[in-house]
Amino acid sequence: MGKAIVITSGKGGVGKTTATANIGTGLAIMGNKVVVVDTDIGLRNLDVVMGLENRIVYDIVDVVEKTCRLKQGLIRDKRFDGLYLLPAAQTKDKTAVKPEQMLELIKELKEEGFDYIIIDSPAGIERGFQNSIAGADEAFIVTTPEISAVRDADRVIGLLESQGIHNPKLIVNRIRYDMVKRGDMMNVEDIIDILAIDLLGVVPDDEAIVISTNKGEPVVSEEDPLSAKAFRNICNRILGKEVEFLDLNNSEGKLSKLIKLLFSK
Amino acid sequence: MDLFKFLNKDSQRSKNVAKERLKLVLIHDRSDLSPRLLEMIKGDMIRVVKEYAEVDEEGLDIKLTRMKRESDGMPMSALVANIPIVKVRENE
Repeated sequence: MGKAIVITSGKGGVGKTTATANIGTGLAIMGNKVVVVDTDIGLRNLDVVMGLENRIVYDIVDVVEKTCRLKQGLIRDKRFDGLYLLPAAQTKDKTAVKPEQMLELIKELKEEGFDYIIIDSPAGIERGFQNSIAGADEAFIVTTPEISAVRDADRVIGLLESQGIHNPKLIVNRIRYDMVKRGDMMNVEDIIDILAIDLLGVVPDDEAIVISTNKGEPVVSEEDPLSAKAFRNICNRILGKEVEFLDLNNSEGKLSKLIKLLFSK
Repeated sequence: MDLFKFLNKDSQRSKNVAKERLKLVLIHDRSDLSPRLLEMIKGDMIRVVKEYAEVDEEGLDIKLTRMKRESDGMPMSALVANIPIVKVRENE
């Protein structure tokens, strides 16, 4: 039976859509049948991040309203075997879909044989958020090392809990190790400590993400960028493999700093 | 000189400022308890504990926080009270 995972954050602009695109693509590359679902009706973006914007005919609203069949609404990504996108509608608003319809949709997608259904949540905690979590079995929370993003993540964790989605996992996005090192950015331990949830992965702030998004090619399909490795690690952990967290030396103590200082000149 | 500055200023690093501010704001976000209610609980707790021990009322700290339940690691809200005991009263 497939698994439906919602990617959410509360705050906007922390990288939910990028995470959805890369996790979906990564899991497909690793041999799974995956659909990424955009629930941000009215502000759809998963299509452009995936580079599939020119292939949209039907959207999620057409599917739940049965204007088209589910299979017609799904866009097959020709670059990656087993990867599909269900785009959001752009001209309607969040009320165009009800949580019960989402529940039904996820059920149908599971029956369609998808191993993973990755749901991209809109920002906020209103109807769009409620829709996105309606059929989810699990939740991944994306945050950045900023006070506002972590605060919103905390709020969302509480809301998920109250909706019966327990033990969400955390993705810390856009970590800048140079800033962490000099003590001007919260590190992963600080964030975990405050939110008290399990860590799924850490994604460094990486120019490669901007470049790959410009091109509409998820970075995870590239070999070298650090962010691609980070997303591959996340995918492997989803598949149940034990993967060490990238060693980016963010917990360097005073002593080793001092030694470096003394030996640097 | 540089080294001294670097060891001394650590607690003022902006990440520590962020962490402390975040902790404080989350205490309020997480609780459905109003600060007034929390004050009332605090008063009652002092009263109860005072029957058995002398407490440092100034140093008393009560807050809502989130922690993992020991049995299954499930996150949950917890009311944490830190009550400094000055002296335990002798049994009468």
